[in-house]
Amino acid sequence: MKKIYIKEEYCIACRLCEIYCQVKHSKSKKILKAFKNETDILSRVLVEEIGYNSFAIQCRHCEDAPCVEACISGAMQKNKNTGTVTCDEKKCVGCWMCIMACPYGVIKRDLSEKKVASKCDLCGDEEFPVCVRNCPNEALKFEDV
Amino acid sequence: MNYKEYIENINNKPDGKSIEPVFKNPQEKYISDYRVPSGCAVFGIIDETGRLFDGRMVIEGIAMMHDRSNGLGGGFAAYGIYPEYKDDYAFHIFYNDSFARKDSENFLQKAFKILYMDEIPTQKLRSISNPPIIARYFIRPKNIFQDLEKFKNTDALNGDSISNAEDEFVANFVSNFNADSKGAYIISSGKNMGIFKGVGYPEDIGEFYKLDTYKAYIWTSHGRFPTNSTGWWGGAHPFGFLNWSVVHNGEISSYGTNKRFVSGFGYKCTFSTDTEVLTYLFDLLVRRQGISIYIINYILAAPLWDDIETLPENIKEFLKAIRIVYAKALVNGPFSIIVGSNNFMYALNDRIKLRPLVAARKGSLTFISSEESAIRKVCKNPEDIWNPKGGEPVIVFLKGKEPLLNTDAELEQKNFLESINCLPDSFAQAIK
Amino acid sequence: MVLKINQSEFEIDRDKEKCISCQVCVRQCSNDVHEYDESEGTVLSENSRCVGCHRCETLCPTGSIKIKQRVSEFKGNANWSAENMKNIYKQAETGGVILTGMGCDKPYPIYWDHILFNASQVTNPSIDPLREPMEIKTFIGRKPDKLEIKAVRESDGRILKFENNLEPQLELNIPVLFSAMSYGSISLNAVKSVAKAASEFGTFYNTGEGGLHKDLKCYKKNTIVQVASGRFGVDKDYLNSGAAVEIKIGQGAKPGIGGHLPGEKVNYDVSTTRMIPEGSDAISPAPHHDIYSIEDLAQLIYALKEATEYKKPVGVKVSAVHNVAPIASGIVRAGADFISIDGFRGGTGAAPQVIRDNVGIPIELALASVDIRLREEGIRHKVSLIVGGSIRSSADVIKAIALGADAVYIGTAALIALGCHLCQKCYTSKCNWGIATQDPYLTKRLNPEIGTRRLLNLLNAWSHEIKEMLGGAGINAIESLRGNREHLRGVGLNEKELSILGIKHAGEAW
Repeated sequence: MKKIYIKEEYCIACRLCEIYCQVKHSKSKKILKAFKNETDILSRVLVEEIGYNSFAIQCRHCEDAPCVEACISGAMQKNKNTGTVTCDEKKCVGCWMCIMACPYGVIKRDLSEKKVASKCDLCGDEEFPVCVRNCPNEALKFEDV
Repeated sequence: MNYKEYIENINNKPDGKSIEPVFKNPQEKYISDYRVPSGCAVFGIIDETGRLFDGRMVIEGIAMMHDRSNGLGGGFAAYGIYPEYKDDYAFHIFYNDSFARKDSENFLQKAFKILYMDEIPTQKLRSISNPPIIARYFIRPKNIFQDLEKFKNTDALNGDSISNAEDEFVANFVSNFNADSKGAYIISSGKNMGIFKGVGYPEDIGEFYKLDTYKAYIWTSHGRFPTNSTGWWGGAHPFGFLNWSVVHNGEISSYGTNKRFVSGFGYKCTFSTDTEVLTYLFDLLVRRQGISIYIINYILAAPLWDDIETLPENIKEFLKAIRIVYAKALVNGPFSIIVGSNNFMYALNDRIKLRPLVAARKGSLTFISSEESAIRKVCKNPEDIWNPKGGEPVIVFLKGKEPLLNTDAELEQKNFLESINCLPDSFAQAIK
Repeated sequence: MVLKINQSEFEIDRDKEKCISCQVCVRQCSNDVHEYDESEGTVLSENSRCVGCHRCETLCPTGSIKIKQRVSEFKGNANWSAENMKNIYKQAETGGVILTGMGCDKPYPIYWDHILFNASQVTNPSIDPLREPMEIKTFIGRKPDKLEIKAVRESDGRILKFENNLEPQLELNIPVLFSAMSYGSISLNAVKSVAKAASEFGTFYNTGEGGLHKDLKCYKKNTIVQVASGRFGVDKDYLNSGAAVEIKIGQGAKPGIGGHLPGEKVNYDVSTTRMIPEGSDAISPAPHHDIYSIEDLAQLIYALKEATEYKKPVGVKVSAVHNVAPIASGIVRAGADFISIDGFRGGTGAAPQVIRDNVGIPIELALASVDIRLREEGIRHKVSLIVGGSIRSSADVIKAIALGADAVYIGTAALIALGCHLCQKCYTSKCNWGIATQDPYLTKRLNPEIGTRRLLNLLNAWSHEIKEMLGGAGINAIESLRGNREHLRGVGLNEKELSILGIKHAGEAW
């Protein structure tokens, strides 16, 4: 499977990945509409910064994913074919066990939906995840494992 | 009006004014006032046994390609025509008027002993107008060279033979004479050879100079189609310098680069023609630098880098070095040339063959021509007829006059050429 | 607070309709122009700090920012230009020399733009480079008068191999090299981009006076190592870590002036590469203190040749000054294998503005006069000429070669390919594009992989254009254009300019 790789030496902390992730996961999918009219859209990628060191992190789609293990409702699943870990929002009951279990801290509560866990879905319908496509310095790479 | 009349009509014979040579400003060393690119037809014949034959065959051949010229220039070079003065320089000089002649002859007499002089016999023709005064001199350099015998085998000649030193002296003289003297041009300066040229169609020029009365073992000829309207007697071809004569069809896009290259070695490009610069390249590379005629094509029409890459290491290294050192002697743009010298005739195309060149053999005769028709006209059934590839030379030596590779440097060259299979190839080409 | 008379140069035009307060601009500006106002939820901008580098404008995801020249006009005065006045206000405030970066931006004549190139019609066929071979390979180095071939023999007289008298040459796949830009003046990522592009394309980059960083040693075959007056980073290993050595006498942007890399820029990496203590100022003296004359230069050339065992070409870089032609002649006779001439519009990381804008001569005229002078002396072939100082396009390259250059150096053009917007603030070390800075927060912004790709694209694009122009003129090898001024014509130039350039005016035939 293809995964997102982080080249932290070229992350410039502009946070454009976060902005485009928000747009991608908005209702309108239009940057101006999303930011002006929609509220609380979560970015599923997070830029961590200390001093000049920074990197953008999102779900690692772990081989042995602790969140899948921890999920009590079976909402969090790992697709055997593609290897992606996704959350079935219909099944999610909002117990947040996945958030507790995630070693990377990349699963968040989706405040707009009250009980749904929100995480990177690798922009399943796109050739490249939008964070990768819009990184101005190619600090994110989408490559085969 | 038929096609021929039509063409002749639009190419009106130049009046007296336009054949007036235009003089250079000597201050502008690297910028000539004008330059004459040309179209043209070329034709050459050599009898490798050295048998002499008159000019009728060459006239018939070049006349066949009448449509390739436009009446603004034609000419011939003939080798072996002056056997009685074969060791002396034969100068053909164009004078605008008798004053120029008087001045120049005074000057000539200071440097040379004149053994014989006359006006070249010509025949009045309606088609040839306004010829200059055309004089001929058989001369021998005097002063310094009379005493040269005693310097033999000393350092004074700097390793040169006496005849080399003489050639150098004559070359300088001709080059300075043509650059400085107004109204007079030395158009031919070799030994036992002569150049006959002027404004008109080549067949008319041949008749004008009565070339049927001369006998030579090499004849080359040229019919000119200058794209610039000036046609003048001095600018007609062949271009001659010492024993070299060059006829050329094409326009050299690298003219400026080549001119600067030869200028760096003291050549003065007075005539502003592509042919002149080609002649100087041959003189510089072959006569002065002693580079074998067999590898001149690798300089003037150098193989492509991509082709060089595919060759064995030692050849690759050599061709690379040649291209680097003689980069500015690469002749770019379309050309086909026939070069005459006392012992051989040489023909070459540009490296991607943008101009026609056909060669043929029958018995001891080799023909080279812009068009096959001209060869077929004078030689119905050649034994062999071929189109030399771009950059592939045709070299025909007189029997027994192949280059004597005597000096150490020449021997090294010969060894090297053999080592890269260069000699046999060129020979094979020449005797094909 | 003392009154500051100078007003801001730029104005940030932010379209409130489009701004989504994402703060990319805030995070990208090293000059602290933009600021997020949390209470209002909007981004505010402070015009006076803007240098006009366009980083925020380029990265803004909604295109809401436009940088404009701030027009505030003084009373019209043809003598006292706004620039003169602003400089005086600045100097009255600071009492210092006005520093600037990049090349001269004053409206002196640009001769490239007054020269037109030729094409074939009828008498000579043009050549289609997409279908026919078109050669732009170039060699830099001293050429002998004539090629001599010598056999190397075994003791029994058997020929082992043949040698020729060709001296070491640099082989370029395009007559364009990257000019000297030191590590220190530009970031390591910028140098890496340039070095990698040179190595992948088959041309050369120049270390400048910055020494050779260990990460760059792998590009050895495509490196020209520079020896300048400060001798920073120079030892035998350094000299032998390149394909050629260049002695830098002068730089087009600041002829006669040395260099000064402030101690703040000398971090651990720069200090080890330059072989100087960390944090110390790196001062390059104005002259080489061992070169006060041409004989001294000859000695240095041969010292460097000895150190590199005569295996590498040694060149000399000078800035184009009034007497450049005789100077070049002297340099050839001192034994240099190539001469680099840097015109007065050449770039710099830092130079006094008064020098940059008023000293030296245009490269076009310098090149023309050097080429002719060397030719007159019959020594042109003994040396290769590389010219720089604002080569802006492939057209400039073609014109330079037809004027007589063997190859050109590009510096500014390469930096522009890397993102530089010519804000001329290189000397502040706050380059928002990660080029002229050592700040790790900023240098990260230049990913050398992207940089290399962009430079390779530029070289590819130029080589296609050069081939198109050559083909149009009926020439299929670049060496046949070298010094071929017949293919150039001037427009709008006077007699004197034409005669110095050695070209005719447009409209004049051969």
